[in-house]
Amino acid sequence: MSDALTIAGYALREAVRRRVLLVVALLTAVFLGLFALGAFEAFDSLEQSSADVPIDEQALTGGTLLGLAMFVALFLGVVLAVFLTLDAVRGDAERGLLQPLVVRPVGRTTLLAGRLLAASAVCASYVVIVFLAAAVITQAAGDFTPSSLFVPAAGLALGVVTVVAVSLLGSTVLSTTANGIAVFMVFATGLAGGLLGQIGEGLQVEALEQASSIMSWIVPFEALYQNGLHALTADIGGAAGVIVQLGPFGGASDVSAGIWLWAVAWSAAVLALAALAFKRRDL
Amino acid sequence: MTPPALSARALSKRYGKTTALDAVDLEVGAGELVGLLGPNGAGKSTLVKIACGLVRPTGGEAHVGGAPAGSREARAATGYLAELFRFPAWASADEVLKLHQRLARSDGGAAEREALLARVGLSGEGGRRMATMSKGMQQRLGIGQALIGDPRLVLLDEPTSALDPGGRRTVRDLLVGLREQGVGVLLNSHLLSEIELVCDRVVIIDGGRVVTEGRPEDLTAPGGVEVETSAGVRRLPDARREDVPRIVRELVAAGDEVYGVRVVTGTLEDAYLAAVVGRDG
Repeated sequence: MSDALTIAGYALREAVRRRVLLVVALLTAVFLGLFALGAFEAFDSLEQSSADVPIDEQALTGGTLLGLAMFVALFLGVVLAVFLTLDAVRGDAERGLLQPLVVRPVGRTTLLAGRLLAASAVCASYVVIVFLAAAVITQAAGDFTPSSLFVPAAGLALGVVTVVAVSLLGSTVLSTTANGIAVFMVFATGLAGGLLGQIGEGLQVEALEQASSIMSWIVPFEALYQNGLHALTADIGGAAGVIVQLGPFGGASDVSAGIWLWAVAWSAAVLALAALAFKRRDL
Repeated sequence: MTPPALSARALSKRYGKTTALDAVDLEVGAGELVGLLGPNGAGKSTLVKIACGLVRPTGGEAHVGGAPAGSREARAATGYLAELFRFPAWASADEVLKLHQRLARSDGGAAEREALLARVGLSGEGGRRMATMSKGMQQRLGIGQALIGDPRLVLLDEPTSALDPGGRRTVRDLLVGLREQGVGVLLNSHLLSEIELVCDRVVIIDGGRVVTEGRPEDLTAPGGVEVETSAGVRRLPDARREDVPRIVRELVAAGDEVYGVRVVTGTLEDAYLAAVVGRDG
């Protein structure tokens, strides 16, 4: 374990020294600033509106804004996960950075575990911080409190860990560019699956719902994301609840609680595959 | 009995249809400096990479200090400098060494790091970032990191390719020091003069096979005797060192004036070319 922590520390130092974290922090501050501006403007416009509509506009606005924040947090977390790991094995080996480390007594699996630890810690912390900051802003701007903060935050965190695992697996067999493209395509496919599920639910098309459900289990980050969106707005009732649930930032359905265990097992299996591929790879 | 620092038996490696190594036998004893020579693509780097666990052999076996090459025990006993390596540009020399100390489980601390930097001629450069170091300085540091944790076997793949003459001298002295400490060294280099100067034994491989091996002095064939006389330089290609007194006596008796005599010896380059080029036709 201490070897894995040494490698994780090395990877984290690299992220700090290469100013990756600084750039991410600055740009995230810009995003949160814009989000705050938008949130305050949106809630202000509600107060000034005299339209007599029979829906809870405050809940609709708050739920939609937080759903948007959750999507952005996931997207940025995935970007971070990919760029922190896409060249972990093959890319570093091609540049001659990996060989001096691999010949040490620390095993290849430990090296991968260290990279997983570092990237997971950064990405999971990042998505949780961004999401919670957005929740605080939404609360301050419109006094909107989501149905749950823990489930969406934990779902985001575990979701990006699954993406880190995929990216590490890709890095053992694919070149840096190919791996980056592959992971983003997996991510986009997962999102598309989730949207299909929402469309299927809205139109009552069972085949689409089933396809989405299968996709959620194949790429569990999507199921965790959908689950988080659902938990975010589960208490919003009436017409506002229906609109939020059917909108792009409403969870299509509440997935099984087993998704948490499945996501952990899935990540472990992907990492085991990565370790096997790395072990068999000539450097 | 102490096992050899490195032992390879019938070692083979194939990459698809290409044979990189073909039943290679090789041994590096404790305190022995062995030079590994061969043309590009001969299989030298593959052999070194198998020894340090970066590449898995297709056949045969290799052991480091008695432990299977690539095992944790073997890697703990091995120091390695790759031909193409890089340290992270953001790290300082001291940070690189500290990281490798942790991974090698060396408890030498700052004293070991300072001693290693001094040994490779980088005293006082511990705080310097890789991004500001020349290729030669990074190569010196690479040799230093290979020595962390007092390895039994040191594998150096082209360790002096980026070094100036002063740096090469430093590395030669360092290699002699390692021999005195009982460390086995396998030195893969194209610089034949370096190998001739420092190595106890030379192994030449070509096409994945060992084509010749032996002590440098045994591989270098005698080249005759050159005598400078009043009539010019006379070359006696079949003469040997023991023949010099007789040759001088005969020339003087014949009325020639002798100004100088040189015993010509072949070089390792000659032996290398005879083994490799001659074999390749």
